[in-house]
Amino acid sequence: MTTIEQRDNYPKSAAEFTENVEKREKIGKVFEILFLLGLLLGLFVLALLLFDVLRDGLGRFLMPGFLTETPSRFPDRGGIRPAIVSSILLGIIVILTTVPIGVGAALYLEEYAPKTWWTAIIEINISNLAGVPSIVYGLLGLGVFNYLLGFGPTLISGALTLSLLSLPVIIVTAREAIRAVPDSLRYASYGLGVTKWQTISHHVIPYAVPGILTGVIISVSRAIGDAASLIVVGAVAFLTFNPGLFNRFMALPIQIYSYITRPEPGFANAAAATIIVLIILVLALNGMAIYIRQRFYY
Amino acid sequence: MTNINPENIFLSNSITSLEKHPSEDLPDTIVRIILFACALVSVLTTFGIVLIIFQVTFEFFQKISLAQFFLDTKWTPLFAEQHFGIWPLINGTFLTTTIAMMVAIPLGLSSAIYLSEYAPPQLAATLRPAVELLAGIPTVVYGYFALLFVTPLLRNIIPLEIFNALSAGLMMGVMITPTVGSISLDAIRSVPPSLREGAYALGITKLEAIFKVVLPAALSGITAAIVLGISRAVGETMTVLIAAGQQPKLTVNFAESVETMTAYMAQISGGDSPRGSLNFQTLYAVGAVLFLITLGLNIISHWVSNRFKEKYE
Amino acid sequence: MLVSYSVTGCDRAQEEKSQVSIDGAAVGFPISLAVAEEYEKMNPKANVSVASSGTGGGISKFCAGDIDIVGASRTIKDEEIARCKSKNIDFIELPIALDGIAVITNRQNNFAKCLTIKELDKIWNAKSDSKVLSWHQVNPKFPNKPLKLYAPASDTGTFDYFTQAITKKAKNGRTDYTPSHNQNLLVQGVAGEPSALGYVGISYYIQNQDKLNLVAVKGPTGKCEKPVPVDNVVKNIYTPLSRPLFIYVSKKSADTKPAVKEFVNFYLENSWKWVDSVGYVALPDEAYVKTKQKFAAGKTGTKFKKAKPGEPITNFI
Repeated sequence: MTTIEQRDNYPKSAAEFTENVEKREKIGKVFEILFLLGLLLGLFVLALLLFDVLRDGLGRFLMPGFLTETPSRFPDRGGIRPAIVSSILLGIIVILTTVPIGVGAALYLEEYAPKTWWTAIIEINISNLAGVPSIVYGLLGLGVFNYLLGFGPTLISGALTLSLLSLPVIIVTAREAIRAVPDSLRYASYGLGVTKWQTISHHVIPYAVPGILTGVIISVSRAIGDAASLIVVGAVAFLTFNPGLFNRFMALPIQIYSYITRPEPGFANAAAATIIVLIILVLALNGMAIYIRQRFYY
Repeated sequence: MTNINPENIFLSNSITSLEKHPSEDLPDTIVRIILFACALVSVLTTFGIVLIIFQVTFEFFQKISLAQFFLDTKWTPLFAEQHFGIWPLINGTFLTTTIAMMVAIPLGLSSAIYLSEYAPPQLAATLRPAVELLAGIPTVVYGYFALLFVTPLLRNIIPLEIFNALSAGLMMGVMITPTVGSISLDAIRSVPPSLREGAYALGITKLEAIFKVVLPAALSGITAAIVLGISRAVGETMTVLIAAGQQPKLTVNFAESVETMTAYMAQISGGDSPRGSLNFQTLYAVGAVLFLITLGLNIISHWVSNRFKEKYE
Repeated sequence: MLVSYSVTGCDRAQEEKSQVSIDGAAVGFPISLAVAEEYEKMNPKANVSVASSGTGGGISKFCAGDIDIVGASRTIKDEEIARCKSKNIDFIELPIALDGIAVITNRQNNFAKCLTIKELDKIWNAKSDSKVLSWHQVNPKFPNKPLKLYAPASDTGTFDYFTQAITKKAKNGRTDYTPSHNQNLLVQGVAGEPSALGYVGISYYIQNQDKLNLVAVKGPTGKCEKPVPVDNVVKNIYTPLSRPLFIYVSKKSADTKPAVKEFVNFYLENSWKWVDSVGYVALPDEAYVKTKQKFAAGKTGTKFKKAKPGEPITNFI
């Protein structure tokens, strides 16, 4: 039996040992740089993307009337107001529908649900739904809202489809926020004779609001940026008016897609300018979420 | 003696009396029912998706045999000579997804490893919003960038068609990197320091500790992250719709244009096929395949994550 | 704001009466856009929505009663007429512009200056799928360069029209080409590939003349003709690849919604002003007179179905 000292790769002297360690450390340093490069590469592409969008679109974005006028067939005239109004309306409806239902579902699962098989099914359901592609939600929306409920290809169909799309993520984040509320708070409340619902509505929910809000904002941000489901539900490419609930509708990502597919060269700039608007909106929302997180958690 | 009102004894605003105030409270059963209904919405959603998609798919398969769908190698429902073989579309999805993962896995893992093992805490905190921004950018923007910047750029180096799988795949990869990265990061961070420290005590370098101790320990989480990334890539629509093309074919040549399942679905919805026709039913048939694939991937991801999770004591 | 929107919801029926919804072909979409934009300038309260789902998708929505006007880059098919009938939708067929399909090649292509219909058929017919791969196979005088093909996607009216005109059967085209819904990208493709060949609507060629070569088509007269000057399209000299663009208006919408009637009249009265600027060809003056008469009389049904590619427009209004 060879002893450890007799094996081939065992250093025979202190010098050899040190040399070996230095070599391995050097390789380690190389990899450290590689890992950093990997991290930076993604951010570099992001920076490149933003730079390209700004370069192509800033000029058009700054033209007066871009945000306030209705679209034109000319790439350098008119604006995207109907798309902006549409997207804002869609976002508002999504918030109004998903917050009650999403927080309600999260409350049920965290505070009331017994550990039975049907609860497990609901939970599996939600985590699967979070991974379903948005275009499949579009198919669902088409079948349920356009045809079954008869709303047709209108704003309300698009908004409700986006709501279904956003719901799983809101439920998951709301659950985490509710779960993070310390039990001591609940027990103290019960100890004072407060009923369960009062405890939840007056103590748990207020405490969990920052977390819930963060989840809602991020979800809405994703919904505003989605185009695939709206294409299936029937968003149009051109509106001369600000749509109401039961009109044909558009959205900012649809406007971008529409501009990309138009032939005249100036439309690429219009697309980039619209992207700037959308990114500002998304940035604002995400910034709000980050601010809430910082303010209330640290 | 002043009126001692029990209501004044309690300081908390929300508790104003020992008796229930009907206006402030709801019977427990009503609350349960309402909240349960909310949770039920998710079940109804799944039910709805399955019902709608598979009902129309069933009608589709009344006209087109399963053999045609799964054995034919061309997908040409919109031409005079119609073929309904699904493989070209699956091929398109597979090709773009593979390219995307070849970007997302190295970049995501590198980011995760660097942020958890090497980065000073301030750096991690600063970079986190930037990474979240990457994940928050709408996918149509990535499509724009792929078509109008990446493709022209790459065409200077290699011959590429205007629509090709490469540009779309690369941008999808960048888009998915935060997903792969952040889940991997959580997995790596949950490896207890004691494991690392034990390794250092045995004299191995930091790098070796990462490859031989930390990553194997976090493997289940990392695998789950990768599978989830694949699922997102498979389901992605706008990037491939804009940049990868609309020509379904069986090829591994990433310089050519291909069509993915999602792009075909968007093309048909926004396009020319009358509702109720066979062509329109292809929308649902392809949707069914897509749904099953992503469902399968998600289930695998959860299973891997739970089954192989290291149990630290 | 919420109150006003719920009021809007309650006013749904009235809303719909003042809405005009148009959908249809991507070709001709710019014309409807132009008319909608100018109409809105004249009438800021107008509620016009314009979508571009393609001719088939648009007609499908039209026959389901979802939209008022559909733009088409081909005539309505028999099965579509039947479907409309089953839903009691009568339509008024109105040509609104002319379009030529331009056959384009790369600037470096100096050998393909004129192609016969037979040659085009050889290139694009479904039978040539994976078989005809070189210019030399099309015409022995052409060099042996690979044939790289670019054309509109198979679910567009342009594709339908071209295959019908060249192979005599709609959609009977080969599948191994680079398709797109965005004809601008087809232009870019052909401009970037020395041995490429493609076909696009004339507006796309005109906007990119400096990047492309235009191929003349040898029509039934035996002469090689090009779609420019656009007079060749108007006078039907460039055949068989000149075609009319239509709108089909729902008679029910026109009769029950004053907004629709007003809009269509505006369309017929004024579209000629903007047709050129968006790259299409205006109808001859007599045609506009006749379309206005036809709409005012509310005559339904299609006459263009019997028209063969190349015959003068005014016969069929």
